[in-house]
Amino acid sequence: MSLLIASTPELPLGTSGKYVAAAYIVFVVLILVYVAIMAMRAQRLERELAELRRDVEEAKAAGSSPPDREHEAVL
Amino acid sequence: MFFYAPLDVSQGFVQKIFYIHVPLAIVSLGGFIFGGVLAIGYLRTGDRAWDMRSYVAIHMALIFGVGGLITGSIWAKASWGHWWVWNEPTLVSFLIVLLLFATYQPMRFSIEDPERQSRYASVFAVVAGAFVPLNYLAVSLATAYVHPRVLTLNSANLPPSMGLVFVVSLVGITLLYVTLWKFEMAAKNARSQVRRLRRTLLGDDTVRPVGRSAAPS
Repeated sequence: MSLLIASTPELPLGTSGKYVAAAYIVFVVLILVYVAIMAMRAQRLERELAELRRDVEEAKAAGSSPPDREHEAVL
Repeated sequence: MFFYAPLDVSQGFVQKIFYIHVPLAIVSLGGFIFGGVLAIGYLRTGDRAWDMRSYVAIHMALIFGVGGLITGSIWAKASWGHWWVWNEPTLVSFLIVLLLFATYQPMRFSIEDPERQSRYASVFAVVAGAFVPLNYLAVSLATAYVHPRVLTLNSANLPPSMGLVFVVSLVGITLLYVTLWKFEMAAKNARSQVRRLRRTLLGDDTVRPVGRSAAPS
C-alpha cells in the first residue's frame, strides 16, 4: 500500500486543493446522508413487517382456537 | 480523474471539480425529464405505480441537483472568487429549474385526495419536465455568459483524455442515479405491500391511519 502511494504522482494541490476536496466531500456526504435515511426507513419497515407477522399469527391463533376446542369436546 | 486526466492549462487543479459537478447537473436535469416521461405513463394508464416511479425519479433528481448546485458553487468560489454570480444565465436557470421542482413535494403534500394528488403531480411533472430542455435551449442562445461552454449540442471541447474521464464520470453518476432510484422504488413498493397486507389480513379498522403524505401510498 505504501509502495502504491509512493509511486503515485504528486498532486499540485496548491490553494485549490481544499476546494476540490470540499466538492468531493459534499458529494460523498450527500450520498451517505441519503443512504442513512434509507437505512432508517428499512429498519422501520422491518419493524412494521415483524408487527404484521405477530398480528397475523395472533389473529390466526384466535380464529383457529374455537374450532379446535369444539373438535376436542366432540372427542 | 486525479491522475489520468491532465491538468487544465487555465484553471489548474480546481478544474477536477468539473468531473463531479457537470455529471451531477446533467443527471439531475435528465432525471427531471425522466420523471416527466414516467408521469405521462400515469396520465395514460391511471396506474399509480407510474406516479410512484415519477415521484422517486424527481426526488432523486432533486438530491443530485442540490449536489450539482453546491459543487458548482464551490467551483465558482475557487475559480471566479464568488460563491454565486447572479448575471450568469446558466447558474440562474439551473436554480430556477431546481426551485421549480422543489415545489413538487409541497404541492403533493397540499392535496389530500390520493387520486387528485397523483393527477396534479403528473401534470406538473410533465409540464416542468418539458421546461427543462426549453430552458437549456434558451440559455444556449444567450451570449453573455462566463460559465465555460465545454459541452455543446454539436461538439465537446475537451482533449480526448479529459473527455474519457468525463464520460466515465457521467456513466458512473448515471448508474448511481439508476441504482438509488431502483433502491428507493423497492423500498416504497415493499412498504405499500406491507400496508396492503395489513388491510387485507386484519381489516381496515385495525390499520393505523397513514396520514397525509407527499409520497404516493
